[in-house]
Amino acid sequence: MVGTMQIRVYFFSRGRDLAGCAEAVESMPPGSCVEDLLEQLFRRFPNLAELRTSLRVAVGLDYRHGDWLLRDGDEVSILPPTQGG
Amino acid sequence: MQRELTLTLEAIDEAAWLARRAMTRETGAAVYFSGVVRATEGGEAIAAIEYEAFERMARHQIELVFQRVEERWPVQSVRVAHRLGRVGAGETALWVEVIAPHRQEAFAACQFLIDEMKRMVPIWKKAMAH
Repeated sequence: MVGTMQIRVYFFSRGRDLAGCAEAVESMPPGSCVEDLLEQLFRRFPNLAELRTSLRVAVGLDYRHGDWLLRDGDEVSILPPTQGG
Repeated sequence: MQRELTLTLEAIDEAAWLARRAMTRETGAAVYFSGVVRATEGGEAIAAIEYEAFERMARHQIELVFQRVEERWPVQSVRVAHRLGRVGAGETALWVEVIAPHRQEAFAACQFLIDEMKRMVPIWKKAMAH
């Protein structure tokens, strides 16, 4: 559809298990923010809601809050709580 | 500040890392941390932990932590090795060296570095049963 943004989404660890896939492409209207994308993902992958209160989001390689404006072609990663070390 | 970061599927050879320790005339402290995989998780015996990383972001985020260490303490060198993939119980999953003029800043920087890594670096673990 003309005028929509294509956002590539990556899932990791528990998030990948819940989504049932490692990545997805979401179409979003221009002006959408991270929070809008998450709501769309929770509708498409209902099991992902398990991580609703604990996940963090990266756009590219940096953490971003819910009000961060997305741009066409952004790569967004859905990150369960980190556990390194 | 000197920085070195290794994310590896191979065992961390601590003796080899130690042998490459670089100190200067101003060095007064070298602090080490080895994070080891426990043989139990939540009271259950486990064989290993499987570490998964979003590796490009992990490298970027660890560099950001290094920058914050450098801004806060007069640290001369930081070296970090983190295992990925399957790490058996008793094996070292994380190895950290902090070298500084004095012990206070070396201890503080090492603690900060590990805490921030756990908070910021996209690495996840899954316990593997026997």
